[in-house]
Amino acid sequence: MSAIPFPAPPADSDAVVALRAEFRAFLAEQLKDRTPRERSDSWYGYDRAFSRAMGQAGYLGMTWPKEFGGHERTAFERAVVVEECLAAGAPVGAHWIADRQSGPSIIKYGTPEQQQLILPRIASGELSFGIGMSEPDSGSDLAATRTKAVRDGDVYRVTGTKVWTSFAHEADYVILFCRTSGTPADRHKGTSQLLIDLKNTPGLTIRPIIDLAGQHHFNEMHFEDAVVPASMLLGEEGQGWDQVMSELAFERSGPERFLSSIELLVQLIEVLKTRQSDAAQITVGRVTARLAVLRRLSRSVAGMLQNHQDAGLQAAIVKDIGALFEQGLPDIARELIDCEPDPRAAGAYSAVLANIVHNAPSWSLRGGTREILRGIIARGLGTR
Amino acid sequence: MLADMIQRLFERSVDDTAQTRARDGQWLDVVWAEVEDMGLPLALLTEEQGGFGLTLAETGEALRLLGLHAVPLPVAETMAANRLLAAAGLPLASGPATLARADHLTIEGDRLVGTVERVVWGEQLDCLALAVGDTLYRVPRSGWTIAETGLSLNFHPRPTIRIDWAVDASAPLPYCPLAGGATVRAYQIAGALEAALDLTLSHTATRVQFGKPLQKNQVVQHELAKLAGELACATAAADLAGEALDRGEFLGVAAGSLRAREAATAGASIATQMHGAIGFTREHRLHLYTTALWAWRDEFGGQVMWAKLLGQAALDAGGPGFWPMVTEL
Repeated sequence: MSAIPFPAPPADSDAVVALRAEFRAFLAEQLKDRTPRERSDSWYGYDRAFSRAMGQAGYLGMTWPKEFGGHERTAFERAVVVEECLAAGAPVGAHWIADRQSGPSIIKYGTPEQQQLILPRIASGELSFGIGMSEPDSGSDLAATRTKAVRDGDVYRVTGTKVWTSFAHEADYVILFCRTSGTPADRHKGTSQLLIDLKNTPGLTIRPIIDLAGQHHFNEMHFEDAVVPASMLLGEEGQGWDQVMSELAFERSGPERFLSSIELLVQLIEVLKTRQSDAAQITVGRVTARLAVLRRLSRSVAGMLQNHQDAGLQAAIVKDIGALFEQGLPDIARELIDCEPDPRAAGAYSAVLANIVHNAPSWSLRGGTREILRGIIARGLGTR
Repeated sequence: MLADMIQRLFERSVDDTAQTRARDGQWLDVVWAEVEDMGLPLALLTEEQGGFGLTLAETGEALRLLGLHAVPLPVAETMAANRLLAAAGLPLASGPATLARADHLTIEGDRLVGTVERVVWGEQLDCLALAVGDTLYRVPRSGWTIAETGLSLNFHPRPTIRIDWAVDASAPLPYCPLAGGATVRAYQIAGALEAALDLTLSHTATRVQFGKPLQKNQVVQHELAKLAGELACATAAADLAGEALDRGEFLGVAAGSLRAREAATAGASIATQMHGAIGFTREHRLHLYTTALWAWRDEFGGQVMWAKLLGQAALDAGGPGFWPMVTEL
């Protein structure tokens, strides 16, 4: 039997039903002025005020211990909040990475001082994180990382370049994956993670990388003999590889990754409502079926996480199929409606389609390319 | 437990010889007798209805195993027909049965008259659970003759039958037979796709070309990953449909059934391609599954019918109502 098991997701408890209703009301109020075009930014949307509101209402750090400002709720309850945010096009960018992976990494590996310094402020929506993994010569092949941190008394001196760091120009911290001994030829050995204070690190310069849509999300972080207190070492020196794999597991195990273009589907349905046809019914029906099944698979992953099961393989499948789904929607829409998409259009449909067409290519790149995900799945099937 | 029993039964009794006989139109009476001994026709009934009170997970597994072994008998159809008959309070089938909808049939005096196309194993059945409008009829085999032969893509009988029957068993229709049939087909599709993945993994591990097993090629690995993804979708889709049928919510049946049908198409295509020419023959077992997948994906309402039903509901929900509708599926 070769099937990769997806256990049936737990039925919604009364608490989950109540949470969903309460959270939908919260979002309706918070997002009442958000335009369809803005909603279509999905998790690229960055709004500190929204993240603070999330934190104050108890929707961040939901599964974390109370001593760190968390709320000790279930992984499944967190998954409800995450999917409702994405479905509503909430601007989650200012807390997304911190809540999903940086915070959990600090809970797992951080010193008590680091935990007290950072975790409560993530949970309250004050602190924003970026990811410090990719480099110009080290994308999917993370073990080829070159950025070097050399211990010098009670500081590390860091030299190297990281790229694709979303919101580094806005965020407060990144967890930097770097080499504390040896050379890139040593691969996994000699790597470590450092907490970098983006606003207070002498020798760090941040430069924008403008994406093809003309938007500034990505950055290059250049470290030139940058000084980082040794107290900001996360976990153990030399254990960076295992730690970064654990961080990636948090990044990849989430149930998100099929809702990035949901706003286009919402606007498509609004347009088709007034021009019904067999083709419209059939297409919307098939898309709805795909979405419902992806959501079930995603809920299955959330259920596995709640039971502390390793869901890495299942998450890779959801991400692979989910990215195809969300990337496929613009072309499905184009088969039904003639429209020249315009990024500055006043009409919701045209502007949303433009934004989605521009951004869709990134969805099968970040968080593990399609090729990397399929390699993970194939390994899980026993082929390598 | 039940799954183990079913697994053992079909491993033993549905071998290649049995498959060939069934494909030649023979009825596997010995296997059917064992199916009945095991009580499988009653598997979808509640305890109050005379069933075993199995959980959805258990019945789902049983139905998947029917697909995993490409069982060439109308076992799933009989299970679905009995579920519908029991819900209507009509007597259960005392042998193989299926379920259908035929709104064009007419009542002439006390007789139900008309033709029903493509009835699964129509000649061998004990009875047919037939919906006409809002009424469910339990038509016994004596109530029809074979008007025309027909064949499914996996070479099982799908005759057109001519019904002319003095109605003596009918009740208000509890739910559409197509929903019951589409749900069991979704599980069977998931089972057949699992078999297709197993065969494809095994073939690509043992078949050596250019000095290495096929599955050491990255391009092959990625196709295997896609096939595993389609299997995951089909399995989740079947469970979605099964749970929805249980709640009597047919939009969920539509969603699950549709996605399982899509997975049948995509999965059969990948599995065949990865087998190379041998997958296109009757010498290799893969064809049992691919031909079944091609047959099952178009039965009990086609994908156009189900897609229109679900699509119209989504359009009615409108943009703002769309996501709340999805979370209810």
